[in-house]
Amino acid sequence: MMQSAAVRQLVLLLPALGVIVLLIGVPLGLMGWVSLLEKSASAGVDWQASPGAGNYLRLVWEEDFDGRMILNPTYLVIFLRSVLQAAVTTLLCLVLGLPVALWMAGLTRTGRMVMLLLVTIPFWTNLLVRNYAWLIILREDGWTTAVLNRLWPFGPVQLLYNDAAVAIGLTYSFLPFMILPLYSVFEKFDWRLIEAALDLGATRRRALRRVVLPLALPGIVAGSLLVFIPCLGAFVTPALLGGGKTAMLGNVIQAQFGPARNWPFGAAVSIVLLAIMLAVMTAMALWRSRRAPR
Amino acid sequence: MTDAHAVTIETVSKSFGRGQSAVRVLDNVSVAIGRREFFTLLGPSGCGKTTLLRLIAGFETADGGTIRIEGADLTKAPPFHRPVNTVFQSYALFPHLTVEQNVGFALEEQGLPREEVRRRAGEALEMVRMQAFARRRPSELSGGQQQRVALARALAPRPKVLLLDEPLSALDLKLRKAMQIELKQLQAEAGITFVFVTHDQEEALTLSDRVAVMQGGRILQMGPPRSIYEAPTHRFVADFIGDINLIEAEALAGGGVRLAGGGVVPVPGATPGRVTLAIRPERARMVAPGAGVVDATLVHSAFLGTAMLHKLELPDGGSFLIREADLSAPMPERGGRVGLCLPAEALQVMQA
Ligand SMILES: Nc1ncnc2c1ncn2[C@@H]1O[C@H](COP(=O)(O)OP(=O)(O)OP(=O)(O)O)[C@@H](O)[C@H]1O
Ligand SMILES: [Mg+2]
Repeated sequence: MMQSAAVRQLVLLLPALGVIVLLIGVPLGLMGWVSLLEKSASAGVDWQASPGAGNYLRLVWEEDFDGRMILNPTYLVIFLRSVLQAAVTTLLCLVLGLPVALWMAGLTRTGRMVMLLLVTIPFWTNLLVRNYAWLIILREDGWTTAVLNRLWPFGPVQLLYNDAAVAIGLTYSFLPFMILPLYSVFEKFDWRLIEAALDLGATRRRALRRVVLPLALPGIVAGSLLVFIPCLGAFVTPALLGGGKTAMLGNVIQAQFGPARNWPFGAAVSIVLLAIMLAVMTAMALWRSRRAPR
Repeated sequence: MTDAHAVTIETVSKSFGRGQSAVRVLDNVSVAIGRREFFTLLGPSGCGKTTLLRLIAGFETADGGTIRIEGADLTKAPPFHRPVNTVFQSYALFPHLTVEQNVGFALEEQGLPREEVRRRAGEALEMVRMQAFARRRPSELSGGQQQRVALARALAPRPKVLLLDEPLSALDLKLRKAMQIELKQLQAEAGITFVFVTHDQEEALTLSDRVAVMQGGRILQMGPPRSIYEAPTHRFVADFIGDINLIEAEALAGGGVRLAGGGVVPVPGATPGRVTLAIRPERARMVAPGAGVVDATLVHSAFLGTAMLHKLELPDGGSFLIREADLSAPMPERGGRVGLCLPAEALQVMQA
């Protein structure tokens, strides 16, 4: 009996397991393997090469003309910029999304429905189209720049093709991923707790700090991961709004698989990116399990 | 400015909704609650008890009138500027904080040093005998324990006035009785004014110094439990509190009131016209037929443990209850005729 049940379970799981292994396990394994190989003379992968960590070393060091290894900051800077850019975007999304989610939860039923629709509408629009829209909004002879130049006394403002433009574009693209988990927390929130806090002498700001934020933490963590992780690998927004001057990891990977035709190096960068994401998620999971109630 | 009252409410009104759909929930309510008084708002569901409490706490703003607390006009003050704390019906304990942190919440808001917060939170927990649970989370407590924590949390900052919204309604009967006694003791010890909301008339009568009976957003009658019980001025109040016999009657021009059955009782002071006589079951007595104001038929008798309850039928068909505490009193046959004796001092006349 027991055995047959176990067998049945396995049989039922088989299709899902198959899909996971075939579509996630195998490509990941392949990418890991390729990252250890070298690119061949004809710009493909040299499958005969003996595997080694050369691509990973090349991320940090490069060989100078005398054959010595010297530090090459190019990729380190890009890594740092990517992490920073993703962090800034996450923070901006949080600062913008939290009040919106709070406000939405307090609306009437129809109000909430309309707002949910409005928040999700950008999902239905192509990513490229959305980024081109920002290109137009921020462009040098656009009215946004004109207005800002009138108000800003210290020389002309450049809105496009810098880190700020990328941050704006990313924040716009990922804001719904922050708003939705927060909203789902606030929708179920027991507002009487806020009244209790006010009753016990807390001002609105203090009640937010001591009651709302701690209880919204699961939503904040979920939203932050949903924004931070895909932001790390973003490449459309930095390419368009950063104008190629502010490359992020996604752009490096895209360049290696595309124009540079160095798949092994691109695979190595991808694996490092994956490692960062896994590290962030593990850290979050550990932190949450530590502070969860016994 | 000295004001002898802890809370003064003057001609306060409150409506919810706007325009056509506006509902008047409180209608011109005025109350003055004395210092250290155990004051109870009693009334049926939806009569506006919670709304009045929320106005005092500052969660709602009055449409008109003034609310003074310890003499200060706080009609428009936010909740965190009022020397008032609330024990919520749902307890509203903070689920992410321990019992001790819950109780210390207000003290931390006052900016007391950490040691002082812990000491006073401990004291408050001791008052409700919950020290042993200081490190637990609210979700790990029973309903009664949560209720005590809510009480300790509201008492910890030593408010001038404590507002309690049906704090015992979630507890079972036995626990409720025990908590009632504790509440009363706590109030006496802490010397705090209690404004207590309940729809349980027995609870209101046992605990309170004064009771205000509300209906439809108004206070119908206000006074010590005894006067509310024995001398209700409204039919609604009489009916709402305990068992009572209501008899249709007519006040005569020359004094006295004539019952529908024919007899006249010598109650003075009623304006001539139709009235309702009210008398508690334990104040009426059965006598020999013809010896009372009116004769009635005994329909049913039941033994209540400490008393007998007799159900009579009046000549006009109305029913009448008598509670006889003297178990050795002679008991008439079921279906037999008895006389009904209604002592004038036990009768309450209400304009019908
Ligand atoms: N926020 C609100 N919006 C609209 N109507 C309300 C609101 N709060 C209360 N009411 C209405 O006001 C009336 C009085 O409500 P309140 O909560 O004061 O009653 P209550 O006496 O406390 O009743 P209960 O014993 O059931 O708690 C009710 O008819 C209720 O529907
Ligand atoms: Mg209520």
